[in-house]
Amino acid sequence: MLTYTVRRLIALIPVLLGLSLIVFLMIRAIPGDPAQIILGQLATEEAIEALTKQLGLDQPWYIQYFTYLGDLLTGDLGESIKTNTAINQEIWPYLAATLELSFCAMLIAIFIGVNAGIISAWFQHSWFDYIAMILALIGVSIPIFWLGLMEQWFFSIQLDWLPTSGREEVRNPVTSITNIYLIDTLIQGRFDQFVDVLRHLILPAFALATIPMAIIARITRSSMLEVMKSDYIRTARAKGIRMFWVVYKHSLKNAVIPVLTVIGLQTGLLLGGAILTETIFSWPGMGRYIYDAISARDYPVIQSGILVIAFIFVMINLFIDLLYAAIDPRINYR
Amino acid sequence: MTQSPVLEVRNLETSFVTKDGEVTAVDQVSFTIHKGEVIGIVGESGCGKSVTSLSIMKLVPQPPGKIVGGDILLNGENIVGANEKRMREIRGNEIAMIFQEPMTSLNPLFKIGEQMTEGIKIHMKKSKKEANEIALKMLKLVGLPRAEAIMKEYPHQLSGGMRQRVMIAMALSCNPEVLIADEPTTALDVTIQSQILGLMKELNKTLQTSIMMITHDLGVVAQMCERVIVMYAGQVVEEAKVGDLFKNPKHPYTQGLLKSVPDIRGEHSRLYSIPGNVPKPGSITKGCRFAERCEFAHERCVMEDPVLFMEDGEEHTVRCFLHEKRREVS
Repeated sequence: MLTYTVRRLIALIPVLLGLSLIVFLMIRAIPGDPAQIILGQLATEEAIEALTKQLGLDQPWYIQYFTYLGDLLTGDLGESIKTNTAINQEIWPYLAATLELSFCAMLIAIFIGVNAGIISAWFQHSWFDYIAMILALIGVSIPIFWLGLMEQWFFSIQLDWLPTSGREEVRNPVTSITNIYLIDTLIQGRFDQFVDVLRHLILPAFALATIPMAIIARITRSSMLEVMKSDYIRTARAKGIRMFWVVYKHSLKNAVIPVLTVIGLQTGLLLGGAILTETIFSWPGMGRYIYDAISARDYPVIQSGILVIAFIFVMINLFIDLLYAAIDPRINYR
Repeated sequence: MTQSPVLEVRNLETSFVTKDGEVTAVDQVSFTIHKGEVIGIVGESGCGKSVTSLSIMKLVPQPPGKIVGGDILLNGENIVGANEKRMREIRGNEIAMIFQEPMTSLNPLFKIGEQMTEGIKIHMKKSKKEANEIALKMLKLVGLPRAEAIMKEYPHQLSGGMRQRVMIAMALSCNPEVLIADEPTTALDVTIQSQILGLMKELNKTLQTSIMMITHDLGVVAQMCERVIVMYAGQVVEEAKVGDLFKNPKHPYTQGLLKSVPDIRGEHSRLYSIPGNVPKPGSITKGCRFAERCEFAHERCVMEDPVLFMEDGEEHTVRCFLHEKRREVS
């Protein structure tokens, strides 16, 4: 298991290298000159040239790439062209915001999706099954930006239950320690703020959770249906075990592996796909960070931002692979 | 046998809803099992043997299956109408079951010990430690070496024969009164098969557990059973003591079955087989279901339904007009 993990981590190196190269080249394919954008429309040729030189953008691309790579190896993600701050220093608040949102969204998606899938399989062809699966179909097909806007219109504007956007009450800001506000408010014992942060989280988290929830529900259902036909489930029932435990213990454990695979992939998509949700709900996360960087042609921020998300994505899927072995004794990684 | 039966099945009828309408898989099946007795239910695939046993456990997938009529008396209590709670008390506790496929009948993701103790904890209200002791004792009883180690192992680490022993140990751990064994040795090779049958016979003697042995193998019947019920297309066609049946089979179907058993002493001729196939359930609605494959069939066989007739006293019954001169079973 340990050697397998180490091997997988080593195998990450070429993946991340290739990824960094692709991102690096693609950014440079976007039309627009960072120096021009920083200095504005009225900048002189000389000023632009000087700034380009100062930013190192006059070098051939492979020299730029290897300089960047060298910095990466020392753990330096580079410096933002726009703010002149080290990305290492400024990225965390954005990353924390995205992680908090994605984690909550995934929690909702897993809890509701898995249970809906299980109950649909248990009571196959019941009204619950039909309604859940129709909702799941709608869930995967619904455009997220539209759902987000509808949520805001209905729950914030019509009912006035929840705030429309942002991460916290502007007049009562959270003092950040870890930048994960749910934790920060708890550490400081500010329960009023905790509730407030939670209220801000609900709408974007549900918007973000919709697609993964629907996919998880469908996969869980089909996987459970398959398992519940098997001989060992008949054995379990013949032992006189309650149907609830037959379903939630004997069947679920066998059905969970394809569900985990989907959860891993969806978590990755969530991190990257949060851009739309973050924009609609003015959530100061990675999506916004990279989006703004793209507008400003802030090359280092785009590169490093995408690389960080990719790294998290790969790590989550490695974790899921290791989880397989913990669940199924027949899976043995060498 | 004067004592009252442990399990009595009377006119059991189980049907399935299919695309072509309702099909009766088990039709008016009746039999009794006494304490400590081993009965065999024999028949080809699809004759309703397994559905009969699943009906007794009320584990017929429902829908599409349904017990339409009849009574199942467990120590006099009719369990056909029993609710799910009562059935859970019965399953694994009063009636236990082992299945054909030892390779897939154990949950691959739980340790043997955990699967063994689950039923014990539910039915015998034992603590985890006591349940572990009982499980260990049972594993030793079924002749598994290194029982302690097996408790901590997963099913895939055991062979087919060992898994079937685990299944037997598990089934018998709560001292059930009846053990339903649905083709317990079909998936095993011959040497393991005879070991498992020997084990079941021995446990039947020592624990006085009644066994309902479902099989298509007449050899298994000869080795294990005291009485045999022959089923064909959902009906009981003959019931007799095992000696009687082998010496003097009455129903043409039983005769055909016995003729199709290969004999290593005989000359090497082509093995007999009953012509035709088992009719599709529900396809025959009138007359004897075996008529179209029967060499003795006459006009009446396709016109009228034969009932069970008694032969040679009370203990040999047969569903065939050839034996009509005898008394009809009430």
